[in-house]
Amino acid sequence: MHVVTFTRSTPDTAAKVWVNEEGEVTWGDIATVVNPWDEYSLEETIAQAKIFGGRSTAIAIGAELHNDALKHSMAMGIKNVLRVDEVGVDTGDSLVWSALAAGAIRKLGDVDLIIFGKESVDVGSDQHTYQLARRLGWTMLSYVSAIIETDYVAGTIKVEKMLEQGKQIVSANLPAVVSVMKGINEPRYPNFLGIRKAAKAQIPVWSAADLGVDTPAAATRALRYMNPPARDISTEIIAGADLEEKAAVLADRLFEEKVL
Amino acid sequence: MSVFVWIETFGGAAISSSWEALGAAQSIAEALKTETVAIVFGEDSAAIAAEAGRFGVARALTCDAESLSEYRLESYAALLSKLVVDRKPDAVVAVATNRGRELLASAAADSESGLISDVISLRVADGSIIGTRPAYAGKVMMEMTCNTSTTFVTVRGRAFLPPLPDASVLPTIETVAPEKIPAQLQSTVEELVAELGSVNLADAAIIVSGGRGLANNPASAPGGISGEQANIWKAKDGFANTLRPLADVLGAAIGASRAAVDAGYIPYEHQVGQTGKVVTPDLYIACGISGAIQHQAGMRGSKIIVAINKDAAAPIFKLARYGIVGDLYEVVPALTEALKKKLP
Repeated sequence: MHVVTFTRSTPDTAAKVWVNEEGEVTWGDIATVVNPWDEYSLEETIAQAKIFGGRSTAIAIGAELHNDALKHSMAMGIKNVLRVDEVGVDTGDSLVWSALAAGAIRKLGDVDLIIFGKESVDVGSDQHTYQLARRLGWTMLSYVSAIIETDYVAGTIKVEKMLEQGKQIVSANLPAVVSVMKGINEPRYPNFLGIRKAAKAQIPVWSAADLGVDTPAAATRALRYMNPPARDISTEIIAGADLEEKAAVLADRLFEEKVL
Repeated sequence: MSVFVWIETFGGAAISSSWEALGAAQSIAEALKTETVAIVFGEDSAAIAAEAGRFGVARALTCDAESLSEYRLESYAALLSKLVVDRKPDAVVAVATNRGRELLASAAADSESGLISDVISLRVADGSIIGTRPAYAGKVMMEMTCNTSTTFVTVRGRAFLPPLPDASVLPTIETVAPEKIPAQLQSTVEELVAELGSVNLADAAIIVSGGRGLANNPASAPGGISGEQANIWKAKDGFANTLRPLADVLGAAIGASRAAVDAGYIPYEHQVGQTGKVVTPDLYIACGISGAIQHQAGMRGSKIIVAINKDAAAPIFKLARYGIVGDLYEVVPALTEALKKKLP
């Protein structure tokens, strides 16, 4: 039984990210962290592999920067890590990403379950998760808030999924791709032994040729990055003799703004 | 030449944000001088296609076969992919709901097409569709285009206006055959627990949001509850009995900061911010929220932000159009009363 998760390094959530004068996205000298949504998928992968005494692997698709996320994964308790690096992989194109990811899964050969965090905060998208499932021809279970049951002998999984309209219980055949929400578990902290092990780990790097994949041309192109329009806000701190007056003034202002 | 728009349905009716996707699709179709085609799958698809007609759609492709009666990605994606490969539309548009995201990404992969997700504005230049979308949780915006003959686009809720109703159009409806029969499907929906009456944050025009400050509730927790448990009790009481009445007066959804969610004050579904939902309401009332950068990433696109906080130096005031410095447990009830007098 083999559970795989994909992860990547992204700027710290508290980091200021902006577009510099060269038009490039930057976050200064602030260190990257593991993609915040991946804390949950890493925890879920470790837990699933442990229940059934199976293998756990974390894969990053991209440049050396993503070794940090893989080391974090190991420090949390993921047993195997590897990275796929190829020219053009860092454009953020999800078809290129998913072609390489599918190649890695096929090369591993024995994967039953892939667990993703809901999205990658850097590209701000989840499309690569669905596209990997399509390329493999596996069932996709997204927005999962609980894995209720997995049976690797029968080859089935049952999950609770979140919808805008409520929740759904869905069962499916394995192999499957699952994307999990925050709140599905309490991610563990890396422990000291894990950190030491991760620091010494040699991370194997596979190329498209190693995977036997013809990297497709990117289907999308980023034309330019922009800082969000500066909000020209003059804040009015509501004044008044007492609370009732302040509240009435604020209510008036909201009517004047036509937002009620 | 055509622009497809997927009309998402739930319980046999179109979801209202589907018409926003239609508005976006029509703007592309107009720029490309082509027609908009509504794609409707599932029960009552013909009636829903007719409803699309009232928004000016002249053509629809529908399928209400058994494998599509209940939404499942595998049957929906198989049919949408087939229609895209056969009919080669210039664009395929849907709203970026949970289902819209996974369906369009899947069909884009099947047809080796580019997808621009979570778009907030669209334009056409030299025949190319260009979408503007947030990245890095809204800290940065990007313009993106596709190199493929079909461009898939998911639009963020509340970013596009639905078209004006046009009663004169009767759409031509073509029924298409399904790609899957039920026996081929690998997943089964066992149960649906609909949460009726809850307002969807992504669709909400007004959001009343609470943060860590909710724990400073003057109401005292029942005997026997102390420490962090008492804070949790106080904050939950504050969400239910202080913020909820304001939200009810305004018809608003309830949001929360990550700090409030992580502390166990309110379920994760309510979280606004970098690892929660990104929202763009007309009015966002932040109560007892300091305004960490992760929270700002989720709500800075709101039209009018109101901050209520005891700490006059809280960063949230820098983002707010209006602020009241004071204890939310005094300010919010006063505001609720003031609004009750003014609202019908």
